[in-house]
Amino acid sequence: MKQIEYKHVTAARGSLLFLKGGTDAALGERVAIRDIDGNIRNGQVIKTSDKMILVQVFESTEHIDLENTWIRYLDEPFELALSPDMLGRNFNGIGEPRDNRPPIVSSLVRNVNGSPINPAARAYPREFIQTGISSIDGLNSLVRGQKLPVFSGSGLPHNRIAAQIVRQAKLPDESSNFVIVFAAMGVSHSDARFFETEFESSGVLRNVVMFTNLANDPPMERLILPRTALTAAEYLAYDLDHHVLVVITDMTNYAEALREIATEKGDVPSRKGYPGYLYSDLAEIYERAGRVKNRHGSITMIPILSMPSDDITHPIPDLTGYITEGQIVMSRELHSKSVYPPVNVPPSLSRLMKDGIGKEYTREDHPHVASQLYASYTRALEARNLASIIGAEELSQRDRRFLAFAEAFEDRFVRQDAEDERSIIETLDLAWELLSLLPPEALTRVSEAEIQKYHSWDESR
Amino acid sequence: MGKVMEVNGPLVTIQQNNIRNGEQVRIGKLGLVGEVISLFENRALVQVYETTESLHPGEEVEGLGKPLSVELGPGMLGQIFDGVQRPLNKILEMSGETIARGLTVNSLDREKKWHFVPADNLEVGQIVTQGTIMGTVQETPTITHRVLVPPGKQGEIVEHAGEGDYTVEEIIVRIKDRNNKLVDLRMYHDWPVRTPRPFQSRTSSAQPLLTGQRILDTFFPLLKGGKAAVPGPFGAGKTMVQQQIARWANADIVLYVGCGERGNELVDILETFPQLTDPYTGRSLMERTFLVANTSNMPVVAREASIYVGVTMAEYYRDQGYDVVMVADSTSRWAEALREVAGRLGQMPVEEGYPAYLASRLAAFYERAGSVNTLAENMGSVTLIGAVSPPGGDFSEPVTSHTKEIIRTFWALSKPLADARHYPAVSWIESFSDYEARARDWWAENVNPKWSSHRQQALTLLTQADELERIVNLVGPEALSSAQRWTLESAGIIKEGLLQQSALDETDSYCSPEKQFRLMDLILKFYETGNELIKLGMPVEQLAELPENGKIRRLKSSIANDQLEELDSFASELFKHLDYMRAEYAGTKETNA
Ligand SMILES: Nc1ncnc2c1ncn2[C@@H]1O[C@H](COP(=O)(O)OP(=O)(O)OP(=O)(O)O)[C@@H](O)[C@H]1O
Ligand SMILES: [Mg+2]
Repeated sequence: MKQIEYKHVTAARGSLLFLKGGTDAALGERVAIRDIDGNIRNGQVIKTSDKMILVQVFESTEHIDLENTWIRYLDEPFELALSPDMLGRNFNGIGEPRDNRPPIVSSLVRNVNGSPINPAARAYPREFIQTGISSIDGLNSLVRGQKLPVFSGSGLPHNRIAAQIVRQAKLPDESSNFVIVFAAMGVSHSDARFFETEFESSGVLRNVVMFTNLANDPPMERLILPRTALTAAEYLAYDLDHHVLVVITDMTNYAEALREIATEKGDVPSRKGYPGYLYSDLAEIYERAGRVKNRHGSITMIPILSMPSDDITHPIPDLTGYITEGQIVMSRELHSKSVYPPVNVPPSLSRLMKDGIGKEYTREDHPHVASQLYASYTRALEARNLASIIGAEELSQRDRRFLAFAEAFEDRFVRQDAEDERSIIETLDLAWELLSLLPPEALTRVSEAEIQKYHSWDESR
Repeated sequence: MGKVMEVNGPLVTIQQNNIRNGEQVRIGKLGLVGEVISLFENRALVQVYETTESLHPGEEVEGLGKPLSVELGPGMLGQIFDGVQRPLNKILEMSGETIARGLTVNSLDREKKWHFVPADNLEVGQIVTQGTIMGTVQETPTITHRVLVPPGKQGEIVEHAGEGDYTVEEIIVRIKDRNNKLVDLRMYHDWPVRTPRPFQSRTSSAQPLLTGQRILDTFFPLLKGGKAAVPGPFGAGKTMVQQQIARWANADIVLYVGCGERGNELVDILETFPQLTDPYTGRSLMERTFLVANTSNMPVVAREASIYVGVTMAEYYRDQGYDVVMVADSTSRWAEALREVAGRLGQMPVEEGYPAYLASRLAAFYERAGSVNTLAENMGSVTLIGAVSPPGGDFSEPVTSHTKEIIRTFWALSKPLADARHYPAVSWIESFSDYEARARDWWAENVNPKWSSHRQQALTLLTQADELERIVNLVGPEALSSAQRWTLESAGIIKEGLLQQSALDETDSYCSPEKQFRLMDLILKFYETGNELIKLGMPVEQLAELPENGKIRRLKSSIANDQLEELDSFASELFKHLDYMRAEYAGTKETNA
């Protein structure tokens, strides 16, 4: 079938081509579409029957006419050629070079959709990764093989944080040995440029594979790009034994492309026009992170998404939160107080933290300290709220202490210079310094022994 | 037998001639398995349990002659199955780390020999009917598998096996039915998952399902055979609640169904449970546990099936006279799978894209919970606990609101509590239990008659405190009387010392009923004594700053379940101290007067 070209387009709409059936096209099959000017576009069969075949065109169907368009069925799904030479390169969503260098040639090709990992084959991720950022390491620790997204908003410094994590992430007492897969969808030139410069200046560029789709590139290509990127990541992790850090930005652009095609297909919309299968679709991407038994490599994933109107209940952050193993949420309020990194502590969470910290990985008091900081900070935010109603001077002495704690916590624990790389021990010591602003009886999440050991309370303060 | 005409995601239209509705079919070169969901003229619509990528029109389809069924027999405990009961460890051996498509594999091991012990009275000439116990197999050191005559089978024994080692396929008993037809009975049989298994009658159980979690057992109890839901936004702790139940529940058998959730959560269980000890038997927890897994990246249609596959296996152990708990995480993903198929079928969506039959399907599922008198005249139960994942945490959405109408215990998780790391984040305002009245008797008989009134008092205190907090947030704490401030303070102690319970705290992860009651008793007594002291003129601040105050909040993790005498000595010290202060204040009052 590969050689035959069909001329059987019956309709074109948005990014969809409707073709006459009868060619036994397979679901997911790749097609090459030659238009009247001889340009080749890429498409994929998304519905097939003996009467009609529906093809999604990554470059859109603009300027296509029904008479002068030729279709070639390639008899294969979308596949990516894999080789160690991918490192240091930049590709588009279907794995074609963007860097004016030759395409990757390899006998090893894999379907970009992958196949689901057998849950019985997974190994539970446990190794603590030190990012050097206190609000992450201390309170929402990342572990190797975790998927931990950054929930952000327009104008917030999520890119800087992602770049900082890429630069600093390592196991304590080891030097960084991560290989980076960077997947960008619908990002601006300047954002793409920012990451490139960052990778270059931190000297990791040779260990990065980039897949880029810019804001002015075809939106439909965004649907396949993360899959292509993760196919590369799986190869690097499980064939070449690397620990891979995958940064994906911006998942919101991905979901919008999905909504666009769903609407064109006439799928039943659920919330805010997004199709009901958005959850499963996102899960196909996010669940490719992890660890596999008897494999040395791992895939740690940091997807970035901007929450439309800062709304965490919007379907994109909401469904992401239901799939990923926690989330780091950015705060506009802290950002406007020029706190960097503006991590909004209460809604942030790392679910895999519980098994990756403590005596074996960080320090024995870590779990309790994290829980205590959360409890005290929420209590302190209540005091701050009260102060805004009745005035700080009306607060009880106890509440005034909490108020002072809130300020110090944001100013010294959360705020951190972009160049300031704190070890986990420094982070925990700093936490105790701040907890020492509160009297021991207010600290019920840490043990009495830990108070003895680390807390220095001075009544007169 | 048939041919593929159209492939639309997980739905395949085939041209057919004698396939039945509900029948399973095998499709194409890959041999993908699916289930017929509707028939019209010479066409059938099939939902496929595996990804249909690369399938094309013209491929052949073969009917398998039976509806989606599970194999029921020894060898399920300790296993992890996929959504259509394929053993995932076997698949791992066959196809490596990723799940290949079109694999054919038996659910139960055909090679393994089980030591079968015939029932005492088993003899040739005996008439057996459905539910008669033919013999037993020690499935795990703790669970004796009772091999029953399958539902629908009866007759006279003409031959039976003696004690010995047999595979599940060997014939154990041969009977002659009414029409003199010989029927072979084995240690396993097939059962269609969408048909509830029969029993004699429902019974009303008053045995609480104890989970060792205070907010559940003491405040919003569940009974064996009951139905419960755990709704909550992402990260609020649904999975943790269900895992805690799987760990600590006083059930014989626990089935954990991961329906459309994370792979790592199942691995967590697979890696930790074998190391954990069952608090009731002292054996490895894995011996009473098994899992069904259709993770979020596995095919959607099998997700819909997984819930039925799970509950059918649960019923099978119930029929043997066991108390079984099935936790399903998350029923929302199951409902979404229904919605997805309905959407592709072009069925009219009624609310948020869900088909009109959502509510009735949910009700039919939960109806399979219950405490029953089994066909073997045993008592057995299936308790169903479903997590619900409402979009945006909005409980008014269809799955949550329909579920709420059906279940009897509702453990509502709250985002503000979870954000403050108040775990379990079960809201004392939105949660409810219709089983309290029945649980009361058990607590009165086995723990303390004051359980119910104490529980009520603690809940009242919490509601009062919520009200007072609203006032404080409007006009400041000065507006409150001393007594009111003490109420606030005491509610804080209840929240921290009683409601909050970290699953990660070695001592407090499981709390015995006795300890649950004693902690509550002590805190309430402290509250009442405080009230008296305040009436005598003691300032609230002084009470609040007593060092004992911090100690009470820590008792849950400083005193283990088997050291309750330490709780007594703490209490007697505490109240001695308070008595002393009372005397002091009473004295001052008298002098003043
Ligand atoms: N009882 C508890 N004790 C200690 N930590 C808890 C408890 N309950 C929840 N947590 C914490 O909250 C995190 C999130 O809980 P969990 O994974 O159960 O949420 P969920 O409601 O199932 O979320 P999702 O809907 O996204 O699956 C856990 O990883 C754990 O850190
Ligand atoms: Mg969960």
